[in-house]
Amino acid sequence: MYKALKNLTATEQVGALFIIIFGLLMIAGVAVFMLSMRESEDAMAQQRRSSDNKNLSKLLKTSWVMIFVFWIAWISGDIGRLVLFGVGSFFALREFLTLSPTRHGDHRSLVLAFFGVLPFQYWLVGSEHFDLFTVFIPVYVFLALPVASALANDPQRFLERNAKLQWGIMVCIYGMSHVPALMLLDFPHYNNKSAFLMLFLVLVVQTCMVTQHLVNRRLYRHVVAPLISQSFNWRSWWVGMGVGSLLGALLAGITPFVPGQAFVMAFIACAAGSLGHLVMKALKRDRGIPIWRGEGRGVTGAGGMLDRIDSLCFAAPVFFHSVRWFFGL
Amino acid sequence: MLLDWAARLMSYFLLGLIRLLTGSQARWWGCPPKAEQRIYFANHQSHADLVMIWAALPRELRRGVRAVAARDYWTKTPFRQWLTTAVFNVIYVSRERHADEDPLEPLIEAMNAGDSLILFPEGTRGYADEPQAFKAGLYNLALRFPDVELVPAWINNVQRVMPKGEIVPVPVLCSVTFGVPIRLLPGEERQAFLQRTRAAVLALRDV
Repeated sequence: MYKALKNLTATEQVGALFIIIFGLLMIAGVAVFMLSMRESEDAMAQQRRSSDNKNLSKLLKTSWVMIFVFWIAWISGDIGRLVLFGVGSFFALREFLTLSPTRHGDHRSLVLAFFGVLPFQYWLVGSEHFDLFTVFIPVYVFLALPVASALANDPQRFLERNAKLQWGIMVCIYGMSHVPALMLLDFPHYNNKSAFLMLFLVLVVQTCMVTQHLVNRRLYRHVVAPLISQSFNWRSWWVGMGVGSLLGALLAGITPFVPGQAFVMAFIACAAGSLGHLVMKALKRDRGIPIWRGEGRGVTGAGGMLDRIDSLCFAAPVFFHSVRWFFGL
Repeated sequence: MLLDWAARLMSYFLLGLIRLLTGSQARWWGCPPKAEQRIYFANHQSHADLVMIWAALPRELRRGVRAVAARDYWTKTPFRQWLTTAVFNVIYVSRERHADEDPLEPLIEAMNAGDSLILFPEGTRGYADEPQAFKAGLYNLALRFPDVELVPAWINNVQRVMPKGEIVPVPVLCSVTFGVPIRLLPGEERQAFLQRTRAAVLALRDV
C-alpha cells in the first residue's frame, strides 16, 4: 500500500491523505457513538461517563471542522486559501477585541487593524514578500497603531489598550497568516507538496493537544498553575509532546525532512502550540471568562473561534521561521 | 415590484453586514422567542440599535415586530424613509408635541392590528453607561394594553461598533439579552413603574 501511495502524483497523495484522515475521524465518531450507548448500573459512573462522552464528541467535532476547513483551503487554490485564512483572522480578532477594553479613542486604530493591516499582511503572503511579511506587524504596525491612538487624545489606560490591541494583532493576524505562508515556501526537490507541510503542522499540533487533553482525564497529577488552568501539568504535557513529535517523525515521508528533523520540527511546533494555548488561557482568566465561547449565559464576545485556533496561531510562526532558518530558504 | 425586490435585497445585505460585524447574537435569557403580542423595550445608545435588535430576532418574528422610530430623524432623506418603511417597517413617532394629537396614536393603532413593538423608552440616544430615565410612553401603553407582555432587552456593545462621529464601523461582537416579561401591577404608580422597568433593563447587563 505504501508503494502504491508513493507512485501517485503529489496532488493525489494529498487527496489520499485527506481521505485517510476523514475515514479515521468517521471511525472515531462511530466509536464515540457506541460508547455513548453503553449503560451503566451506577448512576454516578453513568453521569461521569456521559460528561466524558460529551467532551469527546466536542473534541471530535472540532477536529472535523478543522480538517474540513483545511481541505477547503487545499482545494480552493492560492487566492481562495488566503481569503479563507484572512476571514479566520478577522473572526478571531473580532472575538479577541470584544473582550478588550477599547474606548472611543481606539476607533481609528481598530479600523486600521481590521481594514488595513489584515488585508495587507495577507497580500504580503500572497505576493511572497517574505522579508516585509516577517517584520511588517512587529516593526511598522507596532509604531503606527499607537500613533493613531495618541492622536485621538485619550490618555486613559493608554498602555493597556494599546498593548491589548497589539497582542490581538500578533496572535490573530501575524500568527494565523503564517499558516498559508507555509505553502509558499520553496524547497528544492519538493515540488508542489507544500500543502503537506501545512497539514503536517496542523496534524502534529492537534494530536499533541488532543493527547494532552485525554491524558489529563485519565491520570490526575499535580497542576502547575491552578489559577490559570485547572488541568495543565508537566506529565501530560510531556506525553502530548512525545506523541505529537513521534507522529511528526512518522509523517516524515510527506515532508522535506528526514525523520530526525521531522521529530525536532514537530517538537518545536508542539511546544509553541501547547504553551501558547496556556498563555491564551491566562488571557481568558484575565478577562474573567472560562472559555471564549459562552454557553447559554456566556459573556458577549465569546464565540469559540479562538479556543480552537490559538495553539495553531502560536505554533505557525515558530515552525515557519525554524524551517526557513534550518533550510536557509 | 422593483422596489420590493430592492427592499428584500437590502434586508439581506443589512443582515449579512450586521452579522459579519457584530455576530448579532440573541440571548433569550428570561423568555423564549414566541409569536405572541409583546412590547420589547431596550436601552438606546446608537442608531444601529434598531438594526441590531431587528437582526437578532428570529426570521419568523421579524415581520410582526415593528420598531418605533423618531419621525424627524428617519424621514429626513428619501433614502432613510425608504429604509425604515420598506425594509424595517417601522412605526414613526413625532418627538415634538402638538396640543391636539396623542403621540402614541400610531403605536396604539399598530397594537390594535396585532403587531408587536420594539420601543426605546429613553426617547433619545444616551451616551452614558447607564440608560437615562424612561419616558411615560411605556407606562401609557401598559395601561392601555394590560394583557400584553412587556419584555426588557439589553443591547450590549453596539456603541463600540460605531461611536458618535465616526463613519467606518469596526467589528465587535454584540448581543441582545431578553429578560423576564413584566406586567403593570394593579394600582402601580407611573414613576414607580418606569423605575422598575428601567431597573429590569439595566439588570440584564450583568447576566
